[in-house]
Amino acid sequence: MTTLASAIHLLAALFLLAAFAMLSQRRLANLITLYAWQGAILASCIALAAYATGSAHLYASALLNALLKILLVPALLRSLARRLDVQWDRESLVQIPTVMLIGLGLVIFAFNAALPIAVPGAAINHATVGIALAALLLSLLMMILRATALSQVIGFLALENSLIFAATSVTYGMPMVIEFGIALDVIVGIFILGVFFFHIREQFDSLNIDRIEGHHE
Amino acid sequence: MNVSIGLPWGLILSALVLWSALAFASPFTVRFPRIAPFIFPLGAVGALCVATAGLLALHGPPVATISPLGLPGLPFHGRLDALSGFFLILFGLTTVAISLDLAGYRRHEHYPTAERIGAQYHILLASLTLVFVAADSYSFMIAWEAMALSSYLLVITDHLSGATRRAGFLYLLIEHVGALALLAAFAILIAQGPAGAPLSFTFTALHAAHPDAAVAGLVFILAFLGFGAKAGLIPLHVWLPQAHPVAPSPISALLSSVLLKVGIYGLLRVAFIILPTPAPWWGLTTLSIGLMTALLGALSSAVQNDMKRLLAYSSVENIGLITAGIGLALLFSAYGLKALATLALIAALYHCLNHAFFKGLLFLGTGSVLHATGERRLSRLGGLIHRMPQTALLMLIGTLAIAGVPPLNGFVSEWLTLQAFLKATALPRPYLAMGIPLGAALTALVAGLAGYVMVKFYGIVFLGRPRDAQRAQARESGRLERAGLGLLALLCLLAGVWPAGVIALIRPAAHLLSGANAMITTGDLGARVGVGHATYVPWVLWIALGAIALAAILILRVRAARGARRVPVWNCGHPLASARIQDTAEGFGQPIRDVFAAFLAMRRHRPAQDDRVPRYASTIEDRFWQGLYQPAARGFALLFAATATRQPRRIAISLLGVLMTLIGLLVLAP
Repeated sequence: MTTLASAIHLLAALFLLAAFAMLSQRRLANLITLYAWQGAILASCIALAAYATGSAHLYASALLNALLKILLVPALLRSLARRLDVQWDRESLVQIPTVMLIGLGLVIFAFNAALPIAVPGAAINHATVGIALAALLLSLLMMILRATALSQVIGFLALENSLIFAATSVTYGMPMVIEFGIALDVIVGIFILGVFFFHIREQFDSLNIDRIEGHHE
Repeated sequence: MNVSIGLPWGLILSALVLWSALAFASPFTVRFPRIAPFIFPLGAVGALCVATAGLLALHGPPVATISPLGLPGLPFHGRLDALSGFFLILFGLTTVAISLDLAGYRRHEHYPTAERIGAQYHILLASLTLVFVAADSYSFMIAWEAMALSSYLLVITDHLSGATRRAGFLYLLIEHVGALALLAAFAILIAQGPAGAPLSFTFTALHAAHPDAAVAGLVFILAFLGFGAKAGLIPLHVWLPQAHPVAPSPISALLSSVLLKVGIYGLLRVAFIILPTPAPWWGLTTLSIGLMTALLGALSSAVQNDMKRLLAYSSVENIGLITAGIGLALLFSAYGLKALATLALIAALYHCLNHAFFKGLLFLGTGSVLHATGERRLSRLGGLIHRMPQTALLMLIGTLAIAGVPPLNGFVSEWLTLQAFLKATALPRPYLAMGIPLGAALTALVAGLAGYVMVKFYGIVFLGRPRDAQRAQARESGRLERAGLGLLALLCLLAGVWPAGVIALIRPAAHLLSGANAMITTGDLGARVGVGHATYVPWVLWIALGAIALAAILILRVRAARGARRVPVWNCGHPLASARIQDTAEGFGQPIRDVFAAFLAMRRHRPAQDDRVPRYASTIEDRFWQGLYQPAARGFALLFAATATRQPRRIAISLLGVLMTLIGLLVLAP
């Protein structure tokens, strides 16, 4: 049981690391790869939790997450990036080292906020909850600081990853029905956003957010 | 004995499969134009299957099923009982006619319209069937929402016009308010049941929940709100006169004939079957709202100038009458008068069926007129009886039926409703026993107004001379359209001359409803009345009508025998031979408009004495717009304006606001 717990801890730490890496990465192709890695970490974490609790529906959830987040969504994002011809994010509002510092502050805050949350079960402790919360805040931060619509969407997807991670660590996953629902939402969301990107670019000749905001009046 | 246990479900499932296949195939008719003519007739076959299943379900025992559809662990429950059966018959028969009409309608439409209607229409039919057979709140709500969305898409078929989109939005908005109320009602009921019980959301479990009186009342109010929004009861009726005129006419027919009845079905299902014995105030609320709706609908339809809006308000009126009947039944049920409750229910359900037939007929006929002339305004139509004689004849049957003229079907149900009102003297509370029969007077007023409206409708559209030279070249509608009209006209006639047959269809449903919850008190007063007395006996009426006709013929014969009379030429008071001199829709509605001015919100423009170009105009709005909806809309606009100024325009800053709120909440969390 202890090796299992430390394995989950290791994965949780990697999950947080991936979140930080995504925050600092400005090349879109790398960002998508990082997203896929984060998905892989999430899926294996769920699989370990499934092994620890021996519940069949967590195995199914792990499989679903793996299919969706390692294969399908990254492939969709890559093809979108290729067809829209965006490779780099523009200069972000705040410099990368400053962003890292803000992120660090958020992580400390998240651990503090997670302290009072009591976690049932031995395999996962409150540090994992803190990590999930921290990853959630980091992805929100990433959405704020990015200037192109596509990387904002990746930030949004990372946020969803953190939510699933939090759900797994606090309650051993949500009911199967809800997980299916969320997975479906993610796929549909990607398709709709993909269509929107083409429309936005046709309309504004750019995917940069400030150009769209200019037409807001 | 029960040979038919598997058959009704088999028929329903095959109809569902057929409709799904048709919805899927519709978009491909562009590539394979050869299959296009078969789409809607095949849909009619599905509707026939559903009607047959309903007929089989009426007399068989209730058949429950658990379908393989739904989510893992959450299967859909279905149940076919007499109530579902009755509404499936209503839905199936009306839909056959509408599908036939759509088959003709399809030919006049350009590329994407007919294909889109084909897909959405069949999805709507499938979800309607599911609503009628659903036996748990979860599949009911899913079917309900599927129905709302597909009908919304059908309403906005002509989505390029702003008026259509606005009407569609209003429909969707009211639909959502209603669905939220229903969701709340079901959630409260589920919470009343034992905690953690599996399948606590089935209707059987909800019935077993037995909430106390206050909770049951709350659930009833919520359900009444939700189903009333669908049926078009005041003050949530405003979507009807907006959505009906903009939707394609066959779709208006489906909306009016079937979709409004879904609200009635739901109200009956929840109030009589799921909830325990009703309290008297439920009945009084339903009755008074129903009567107000009926009066308002009749008055508003009398002053309309748009023919589809006129029919939409007339639907409001009819729904009001049906609801008043249900209110009476609830009241009788509350005091344990089972036989009288059955009578009131038979009247209400009979009127449901009749309204589906004649309103479907009128809307389909309006579609033919609209197609032939391209005109919805009554002030531009006229004289179509010469151009479209067959349509005019079928429409005459529809207008006479809705006006409540014997021997057509409208008379029967209005007669039964009046009977039920007059029998309210049996109620054990003196105020109710004396007050409610007064409702009969109001019902009679509404019926009279309905007759007035229909004289106006038919007279202006079909009689006289064309008011607009451009519309004079109208042509008769196609054969398929006339087949649809003819089927409904036949059903109107049949339901009028053979009420015993129709009541045999309704009786199982009415018994199911009144017997499900009504307490049987000692000395059941209803038993003395006997529903048989209230049954309308057609042959007596036929003899009377035949005698009048015979007398008229005889008098004319006698007159003619005296030889030709020679009199000076009379020019019928028409010194000028212009079509403009005929009575107009506005002119015809004027007395009603002035007598009932207090009920209508009217803006008039009268010419001054020295106007060079005198112009007279009046616009009539629903009072509820001024009184309820506009203040509400202004309130929301103010609220949003207040928040919008504080909201920064940059997306990044909005997101930062989200992050800060999240952090703030986490800090505050204990």
